[in-house]
Amino acid sequence: MRLTLRIWRQRGPEEPGAMTEYQVDGIVPEMSFLEMLDQLNEHLILSGEEPVAFDHDCREGICGACGMVINGQAHGPERTTTCQLHMRHFSDGDTIDVEPWRAAAFPVVKDLVVDRSAFDRIIGSGGYVTVPTGSAPEAHATPVPKPVADTAFEHAECIGCGACVAACPNGSAMLFTSAKVVHLNVLPQGAPERESRVLDMVETMDSEGFGGCTNTGECAVACPKGIPLTAISTMNREFLRAQLRGGRKG
Amino acid sequence: MAATGLIMLAYLLAHLLGNLKIFFGAGEFNAYAHWLHVIGEPFMHRDWVLWIVRVGLAASVVLHGVAAYQLSRRDLAARPQGYQHQRRRASYATRTMRWGGVILGLFVVWHLLDLTTLTVNENAEPGHPYENVVATFSTWYGNTIYITAMLALGFHIRHGFWSAAQTLGAGSPRRDRALKTAANALAAVLTCGFISIPIGVMTGVVS
Repeated sequence: MRLTLRIWRQRGPEEPGAMTEYQVDGIVPEMSFLEMLDQLNEHLILSGEEPVAFDHDCREGICGACGMVINGQAHGPERTTTCQLHMRHFSDGDTIDVEPWRAAAFPVVKDLVVDRSAFDRIIGSGGYVTVPTGSAPEAHATPVPKPVADTAFEHAECIGCGACVAACPNGSAMLFTSAKVVHLNVLPQGAPERESRVLDMVETMDSEGFGGCTNTGECAVACPKGIPLTAISTMNREFLRAQLRGGRKG
Repeated sequence: MAATGLIMLAYLLAHLLGNLKIFFGAGEFNAYAHWLHVIGEPFMHRDWVLWIVRVGLAASVVLHGVAAYQLSRRDLAARPQGYQHQRRRASYATRTMRWGGVILGLFVVWHLLDLTTLTVNENAEPGHPYENVVATFSTWYGNTIYITAMLALGFHIRHGFWSAAQTLGAGSPRRDRALKTAANALAAVLTCGFISIPIGVMTGVVS
C-alpha cells in the first residue's frame, strides 16, 4: 500500500506547529498503525530528518500510552487503541490525517505527544482506596456480590488513554473521572472514601481546565475499552449524594 | 440547566393543555384565559398566581441562559486549538442546542410581544385572546416564526430532557432506553401539539 500522511509536526510546547505531508510506501495490511509510523520514522532518520514523536508502550492495547487522532477520530476508525489499529482498515492511495489529542488540559509536548499528567492529578486526588499494606488480606473477609464486581470491573477497564477528552467537543474529562469514581464507589473497599472521592476528583478535574459535559456521547463512542456513557450519570448521582450528605467525610 | 429546563418543560405541558382549548371555540378558550387571571380567588388576589408563575419562569429562563453561557465559555476554552480534520459529530439535536436555545429565547420575546402585550399583534384586542391568536396565525410571518420555533423546541427537548436526566444522576444502563423514549415522546407531543394550532387556523378548523 502507498499512503499519503499528513502529520502534525511541532518541535516543542511553545513552538508553532503545522500539518506536514509524507509519502509512505510498502505498507502491508497486517501492520499496526504504529508499525506504519515506525517505518516512516526509519526513513526519516536515514534521510537525516527528525522522526515523528509519539507515545507508545505495551502495543497490546492495555497500557493507555498510545493515542492520536486519525482522520478526526480518536484512535482512528476502529474501537480500539492506536497500537491495535491495523492498516487493513485503510486502502491504497488513502490520505490519512494524524493529529495529537487537542485539549487545553493536554498541552502538546512534541508532535503527537501530549502531557496527560492532569489525569494523574485527578487520580491522586481520590482514585485510590486506603488499605493497610504489608500482609495480603483474607480473600473472603469482604464479600462482593457478583453484579457489583462486574460493574466495578467494567469501569476499571479504563486505561486512562485520554481518547474521551480528545473526542469530546468540549474537551471534557467526565468519562475518565466517572469511570474511576464508579469503579471504586460501588465496592465495599471504596466505601469509607465514597463522598470525599467524588467531590475531590471532580474538583481536581474542574481545576485542570477540562470542559463541561453536554452529554454528546462522543467520549463513549471513542473509548477503546467501552466505558459506558451512563458512568457519567452515576458519577453525577454520587456527587449529588455526597453534597447532600454534608460533603467530605473520608 | 437541568433543573430550570425541567421547570420550563413542566410549564410547557400545562401551557399546551390550556392552549388546545382553542379547538373548542372562542367561548371556552376566552373563559380559560380569563380564569388564568383569577386562579386561587378569593385566597389569592387577581393576577397573583399569574405573576408568581411569570416570575418563576422568568427566573428559569435567565438562569438557564446564564448557565448555558458559562458552560459554553468553559467548553470553548477547553479546546483552544481545534482539529484540522473535521468530521460531523453527534446528532442534529445535540449539535444545535446552543443556537436552538438562542432561537427559542428570541421566540419567547416575540411571543410575549404578540400575545401578552399585544404590541405586534394584528388584532390586539385585550380580553379576546382567541381572536388575537387567529389574527397571528392568519399572517404568513406569524406561522413561519411559530412553526420554526416549535421545531427548534422539539429538537431542544429531545436532547435536553435526556441530558437533564443524566445531569441529575437519573440515568442508568437499564433506564437509558426509557429515558430516550420519554425525551422523544415529550418532544413529539409538544411540537405536534403546539403546531396543531397554526395548522388549525390555516385549514379553517379554528376561525
